[in-house]
This record gives sequence, C-alpha cells and structure tokens, in this order.
Amino acid sequence: MKANYGYMDGSGDYFITIDTDKCVECETRACVAACPANLFVIEEDDWDDLVALIAQDKRKSVKYDCAPCKPVTDRPPLPCMAECPFDAIEHSW
Amino acid sequence: MAKEYWRWKEYNWRDEKRDWRDGKVITGGVDVGSVSSQAVIMVDGEIYAFSNMRTGSNSPDSAVNAMNWALEETGISMDDFDFIVGTGYGRVNVPYADKAITEIACHARGGNYMYGPTVRTILDMGGQDCKAILCDERGKVTNFLMNDKCAAGTGRGMEVFADLLNVSIEEVGDLSLDVEEEPPPVSSTCVVFAKSEASQLLRDGWSRSRVLAAYCSAMAHRVFSLLERVGVQKDFAITGGIAKNTGVVSRLEKELGLTALQPRHDTQIAGALGAALFATTLVEKGKGRKKSQTAVTG
Amino acid sequence: MITVGIDAGAKNIKITFLKDGEVIATGISPSGFDQNAASEALMNETLAKVGLTHSDVDVICSTGAGRKVVPGAKHVLTEVSAMARGSLFLRPDVRTVIDVGAEEGRAIRCNEAGKVEDFAVNEKCAAGSGAFTEAMARALEVSLEELGKLSLTSSASVPMNAQCAVFAESEVISLLHASTPKQDIAKAIHDAIASRIMSMCRRVGINPAIMLVGGVARNVGFVQSLRTAMEEEVFVPDNPEFVGSLGAALIAADREVETATA
Repeated sequence: MKANYGYMDGSGDYFITIDTDKCVECETRACVAACPANLFVIEEDDWDDLVALIAQDKRKSVKYDCAPCKPVTDRPPLPCMAECPFDAIEHSW
Repeated sequence: MAKEYWRWKEYNWRDEKRDWRDGKVITGGVDVGSVSSQAVIMVDGEIYAFSNMRTGSNSPDSAVNAMNWALEETGISMDDFDFIVGTGYGRVNVPYADKAITEIACHARGGNYMYGPTVRTILDMGGQDCKAILCDERGKVTNFLMNDKCAAGTGRGMEVFADLLNVSIEEVGDLSLDVEEEPPPVSSTCVVFAKSEASQLLRDGWSRSRVLAAYCSAMAHRVFSLLERVGVQKDFAITGGIAKNTGVVSRLEKELGLTALQPRHDTQIAGALGAALFATTLVEKGKGRKKSQTAVTG
Repeated sequence: MITVGIDAGAKNIKITFLKDGEVIATGISPSGFDQNAASEALMNETLAKVGLTHSDVDVICSTGAGRKVVPGAKHVLTEVSAMARGSLFLRPDVRTVIDVGAEEGRAIRCNEAGKVEDFAVNEKCAAGSGAFTEAMARALEVSLEELGKLSLTSSASVPMNAQCAVFAESEVISLLHASTPKQDIAKAIHDAIASRIMSMCRRVGINPAIMLVGGVARNVGFVQSLRTAMEEEVFVPDNPEFVGSLGAALIAADREVETATA
C-alpha cells in the first residue's frame, strides 16, 4: 500500500509517501532514528503489518517539520530517504 | 437564535422485512466523525439497521447515542452483539467497541460492499476531511491520501459558504446548478480567502446561485487534484456527506470524465458499514466476543 | 527631491513621503472595494496634510498585493525588495526580514549591501498570516489588541492541533467550552503562528539582526511568541506597517539618483 501522509493547502501539496509493501520487509527501521523531527514511528497498520508511518500529531505540519531539512538554496539529500534501505519513502515537495 | 443553515437532518433506518432473531452473527460498526456519527448493525453480513447523527462535543456520548438510535425499536440489546468495531476520528473513544480500525480501511471495505467489487477508487468527502482511497477487489487499500489539515475541499468549507449565503446545506448543490452559464471558479483555495472573494462577488451583484456555482466548481477542482495524486482508476465512487451535493459531484464527474457509481445505501454510512464488515470477518475468524462475558457500557 | 512609496496591501494601503532621505509624512487607509480609488484618495489626503500638490512629487513607486493598480506609479516593486530596503534603512545591520501582513507572510535574507539573497513566501493559505490571528480574535470575542495583551499574561503552553484557520476557530471554541483561560488560548494562537513563521525562516536561513515588519508586528503577543521561538532578539520598528511603503519611496529615490548620474 502506498500511504500518503500530509496534506494540501492553499500554498501547495505536502505529502510523505511510504510504500508499506517495501517497508514491511525492513528490519533496521532506520528512518525512525534518521529523522531529526521524529516524524516516523513503527506501528501495526489495519492489516496487522508492522510498518513505518508518520506520527498522528505530525501529519498536519509536515511542511513545517521538514523545513530544516529543506533549505531554499542548497538541498542536501533528505536523511529519511537516504537511510531507508528499501527506497520506500518519497516526498512530494 | 439565527437559523443555522449548515444543519442537516438526523435519521435512522431499519430493515423491516427481516427479523434479526433469524440471524446468527450480529455485529456493529460505529463511525465517530468530527461532524457526524453513524452506527450500523449487521445481521449475517447484511445491513439490518443504521443511524446518522451529528457528533456532539463528546466522542463517547456520540458513539453511545448513535448506537442507541440504530438499536431503537429493533429489540436488539448491546448483549446481543458478537463484535463491534469503532472507526473515525473518535474511534479510540467508543466505550463499547472491541477494536478500533482506521476510517481509511473501513471506507474501502464499506465502499466495496456498497458499490460492489469493481470499485477501485473511493473518494470520501467528510465534514472535516477528504480522503482518496484506491482499493483492490477485496476492498483492501492499495493507496490512500487523506487531507484533514485544510478546510478547503471538505464539508466544513461548504458549511462556511452555506452560512455566508444563508442557504441550507442540502440545497447548495441544486442551487449551484441553477445558473445559465458556468462562472469561473473562485480563485482562492483557502476557505478564509475564498469567503472574502465570495463577499466581493456578491457586492458585484452576483446571484447566490452563481457564487455557489463558482465555489462548487472550485471545490470539485480541489478534490480532482487530490484524486490525481493517487491516480484515479475505474470504477469510481463517492462516499460521505458531500456525495449528496449534486453541485460538486456533477462538476467533479465532468472534470474526471467519469461517472460515479450509484450507491446501494446512504453514502454517509460507508465508514460504519466497513467497520461492521471488519467485525463480521473477525467473528468468522473466531475472534468474536464470548457473549456471556460481554459487559454493557454507556 | 520628493518621492512617494505606496504599499497597496490586502487590507490597508500605506503611503510614505520621503524628502531627501527623510520621512515627511505617512498615511494609512483601508484598501476597501476599489483599491485604485482608495490609493488616489489617500495620496490626496496625505498631500494636503503636508501642504503639497501632485506637481511637487518627483516620482511614485508602488508595492504590495495591489501594486499593479496604483495610479501614477512609475516603478512597481515586489514586496520583498521594498521590505528589505526599508528594513536596512531603519537598521543597517539587519540580515533577516520577517514580514507578516494581513494575507501573507514572508522571510527574507539579505546581505550587508541590502541585496536579497533568498526569500520564502507563504500566501494563499490564511495560516501564517494576519488573517489567522483576526479569525482567532473573533472566535475569542476580543479585539486584536486585546488578543496580543492577553497572550503576554500567560505562561502556559496549550498546544493547538489545527493548522487551518477554519479548523483552528472551532478548536478555540472547544478550548473555551473546556474552560481554558482566555490568555492561555491567546498564547496558543500566537505560538502556533510563530512556529509557522519560524519554519519559513529556517528554510531561508536566519542571520542576525532580525527585524519583524508588517501590520502583524503590532501584535505584542505574536512578537513575544516569535522571540521565544527564535531564541534571538527580534527588532520591531516603531511603524512596522510602513516599512514597505518606506522601502518603495527609498528605491524610487535611489533610481532617480541613478538616472540622474547615468
């Protein structure tokens, strides 16, 4: 399942997509430690798979929480995407 | 007190052709949303009764009220249930539920039952959120996206407009179609800014119908871009309160070039229905309550 | 030389008259339904105030959301350049300008020459602009001024879950129903908008000194919340809403000098 966490508002689209079919294979769960804003948590989803998801209280503020990793001028690789061994994470903006 | 134009009617329904006592498995699903709450009672995997009410200030009370209203005159008591699943925004606060499942999974499951196994895209337009869900033939989610951060594209945005124009929420859709030609959509996405834009249009002499047409098409476009992100596949269906707004639905269908499936049941109960279906499956898997131990709450 | 800067904002039009590098008059009026007529009227009113006529004005320069419809403007500037120029004039060591207006917010980073190096804008969404605090003040049934003052008396930190102004309004009402003290709600509102502005600043990178301009800088509660979030001193000029029109008038003067010496 592709799970899109985030939102659209008047200023744009802000989604973090986690491909849970890839994520369920993971043993390292490196995203949890990689994210400086602690967005990722590992929980059981509705189909009893243990996968990464974006913490409930962070879903409405991803644009703000991710801002430090996304400076305007120089855009380094995002730590969550770089650390994910299965390339399961994407950002829409 | 001024008339509250955004208020809609509450109701319940039960299948008078059947007697629940003939059934074996009785399950319940309750969807406590931010604006409305529904309870569905299923007997052997078929809908037996349901209710649709406004959510009060307190989720547990709303869950209890919705279930009591669905139970009304059925003769079923809380002890008769084999399993109850709670879903929606207030799902963890349903005092009598055996399990909580997210509304995403429940809407897909409910949509699969309501529209049949060919449905692949379900758009749920709720009171305070909008969900685009792709699912397979079993009603399992393959891709989902939920926007509950921004009021644009939700029932709440429509309520703001209904209030601004003194039109009851049920009439918005039809009224918005009563225009000779389609006006350009309201340009602001943000509800706060769209509201100022609409006030300006009214001062410019636009009729209420025309302003509503401009807003409904802006909302349709907004929802369209949400659907585009997950990638719409046929068959397509709409659930939730806004599914009843012909002004948004017809404009969205036009933009998508697809016609939404006609539902077999009230579109607002999709989440609660899905929850009851999950409950039924869990009972079939032997995870149901041992009835004698069931405590009644609420 | 007399130059005039007009900042046609979403809510108010601001005007600054500049004579040889000195501000000689300012004026403000609501943008209203006809921005064109409103700026004309404000221009005439301000001229009368200082005893000048149209012919005394060398050049008019416009900025702001309605900048393209300002009558008689020779130069049309973006808010970013105007705000940066105005801020550095007031305080030459400013490197970060935060502008929060009625319908938008922006963060601007500039170098020592006042050249804009980077900026981020948040518009098209009421969260993060003055429209947000206005809507919240309405929900709390206090004036904007009271909202700011109330906020200063609170030391609690109540989290606001809603980001959207429409949803935040309902949240404020539920907080009231739950008997949360008004001052704590006021602080929660300002903390929320400050954190949005902060994230925009982080995107452009913050260098001190930091100056906050725009009408929302008048809100003492917001200023307090922003200072706390920033962990740095945030300077607010005496007339924060006039920094855009000041910048426009200054740039108009700069350009006249350039043309004359070219």
